[in-house]
Amino acid sequence: MRMNQRTLSAAVFAVVLMMTVTACKKKVPPPPPPPPPTVVVPPAPPPPAPAARINNFGAEPRSIQRGQSATLSWSVANATDISINSGIGAVAANGTRQVFPTNTTTYTLAASAAGGNDTRSVTVEVTAPPAPPPPPPAKPRISGSDMFNSDVASAGDVLFDYDKSDIRDDARQILTRDADALKRIFAADPSFSVVLEGHCDERGSAEYNLGLGDRRATAAKDFLVQLGVPAEKVRSISYGKDRPACTDATEACYQRNRRAHLAPAQ
Amino acid sequence: MNTRSNPTILAITALLLAATAALQGQAQSDISGRISSAERPAIAVADMRGTGDAQRNMDTFNSTLWDELANSGILKMVAKSVYPLEVPQRPQDFKAPAVPANARRGTPPVRTGPWLTDWSGPPVSANYLAFGYSAVQDGRLVLFGWLFNAGQQDVASAQLIGKLYFGSLDADGAKKVAREFAADILQQFGAKSLAGTKIFFVSDRSGAKEIWSMDYDGSHQQRLTQYNSTSSMPAVSPDGKMFAFTTYAGGNPQIRVHSAESGRRLPFYNPVSSVVETPEFTPDGKQMLFATAVNGWVQLCIAGTDGGNFRRISNVRAIEVSPKVNPKTGSDMLFISGRGGRQQLWHMNLDGTDMQQYTTGEGDVANPAWSPSGQQIAFAWTRGYEPGNFNIFVMDVASRKPVQLTQGTGRNENPWWAPDGVHLVFTSKRGNSTQIYTMLSDGSNVQQLTTQGNNIQPVWANGVN
Repeated sequence: MRMNQRTLSAAVFAVVLMMTVTACKKKVPPPPPPPPPTVVVPPAPPPPAPAARINNFGAEPRSIQRGQSATLSWSVANATDISINSGIGAVAANGTRQVFPTNTTTYTLAASAAGGNDTRSVTVEVTAPPAPPPPPPAKPRISGSDMFNSDVASAGDVLFDYDKSDIRDDARQILTRDADALKRIFAADPSFSVVLEGHCDERGSAEYNLGLGDRRATAAKDFLVQLGVPAEKVRSISYGKDRPACTDATEACYQRNRRAHLAPAQ
Repeated sequence: MNTRSNPTILAITALLLAATAALQGQAQSDISGRISSAERPAIAVADMRGTGDAQRNMDTFNSTLWDELANSGILKMVAKSVYPLEVPQRPQDFKAPAVPANARRGTPPVRTGPWLTDWSGPPVSANYLAFGYSAVQDGRLVLFGWLFNAGQQDVASAQLIGKLYFGSLDADGAKKVAREFAADILQQFGAKSLAGTKIFFVSDRSGAKEIWSMDYDGSHQQRLTQYNSTSSMPAVSPDGKMFAFTTYAGGNPQIRVHSAESGRRLPFYNPVSSVVETPEFTPDGKQMLFATAVNGWVQLCIAGTDGGNFRRISNVRAIEVSPKVNPKTGSDMLFISGRGGRQQLWHMNLDGTDMQQYTTGEGDVANPAWSPSGQQIAFAWTRGYEPGNFNIFVMDVASRKPVQLTQGTGRNENPWWAPDGVHLVFTSKRGNSTQIYTMLSDGSNVQQLTTQGNNIQPVWANGVN
């Protein structure tokens, strides 16, 4: 303990001594130099205003087909106002612009400045494209299938009694209307033709029903032909009981299936 | 062993034939299905076992043998539950009864082991016993099969069949030997085997109606056409090499002919008509009959199998379809006609003479089919039911007496005789779909052959072998 106190005292003394010696060595700084004398210089006169100069003005390509585009490019020096006619207006000193001229157009770049103006022109030649294909031939005002859908299909099927191919009174009315409509349709649209399908209910045998469906289609076709419908425009086909309109085992459904059905030919 | 010389069998066969003839009112060369079960010979079929690997497929063998015999319709099957415990596997297993040594004179012989009376006496009461066993020989299945007349007094005279049958060592081989053994047994009773015969039919299971074929038991169902149209009403040539059908593949319904072997289309020239349908080969296979629309009415006609040499047969203002030529005579035919009003079964000679109406005029008739003997006709009829509710009828040609086989269970159509003259195949709509069934020609033993989609218009043909 006693030893430590002695060491501390010696260290404090050494520090004080060092500080004292350093303070004795510090020098005083020299005085600053005097300021330089003030000189008055008159401002230089402005240089003479330069003339505007167009370094280049071009179009790439120079010749286009109508509908295509060309690119104008330019570089102008010393101009205060730069503009291109043909609706482009003021532009920057250097630039490019895509243009879509519909006819051969001459673009004029005008650059102006106090010292003088400059203009330069470039012409983009526009050629006509090849002629488009001729428009499709005009359709008849109403097609056969449209007329069929509105005048024949809406009239409904021709219905028959069980195991019969006789034309009933209700069928007579429908077929008479069908015949009038078909004659008009064939006159308006000579390319149109129809299929007359004969169908049966499910109760007869498949073999007999093919014959019965054929009877029904033939009977209905004969009726139409008697009323002046051209026979070659009506193809008959028997589907027997293979394509029923409904499959319920009820007389209502059987009656729907015992039918001759007109459809547009493909 | 020459079984034909056995007097017992000859006598039984003669008895059966006599019974058949008596039932049908006329002599007939093949066994009719219309033998009541009381008159059928009773047969016991012991379950057979195999040595070593041969045992693996014996369950298949036993069930196949049983089904083949049961489905023949000419045997009364004795239920296995009443069989004796000691089942013989070979003739040596039988032990003749003997008089015990040092018994008194007049003592009757007593049982010393399995004997014929185990089977002929009650409760089994079988007339016949089929038994045997199988083994493996050179990597193949061999079946030793015997058929005994259980009513005989000794083993030697009891034996009717003693034969070896060979097959592959798998389920197919077991079925093959079972069918061959069954065919030999059935031949003893005058039945023809259906093995190798095919049923052609129409199925819509692929999405469109196509022509299919299957084995007589419903196995190996395969599609024969792929028109993706509507193809139906198949007919098969007598030699089984061609089949014809009606299809919309070309627009209006027309006939097409295919080779049954290659599947290729053969030339057939349809008459120009809105409908050409219901093809049918003549029994000599040289011509085809069909129905075609002439002047607005579907009529019967005949032509070569390529459609050449076309001639009309009928000329009447009525729909006439489904011409079917008598397979025995080749000169008379059945057909469906509306000439009398409703569609009925008619008969005439191919030259147009001897026109007769075979059904009473009630209801609607469809799908006539001759039995192979030409002495019976099967057809579908709505008599006694609402229109469309067809049932299968069989008519004896001589008596013209119709017998109704189905009794209003669903809609039953398209009957066709099996080549054995005992079975019929037909279609029935008994749920939401129409399926193909077989039955005996007395209406019993109905079995369903198809399940997928709708299956119609079966035609039972001799197979191409």
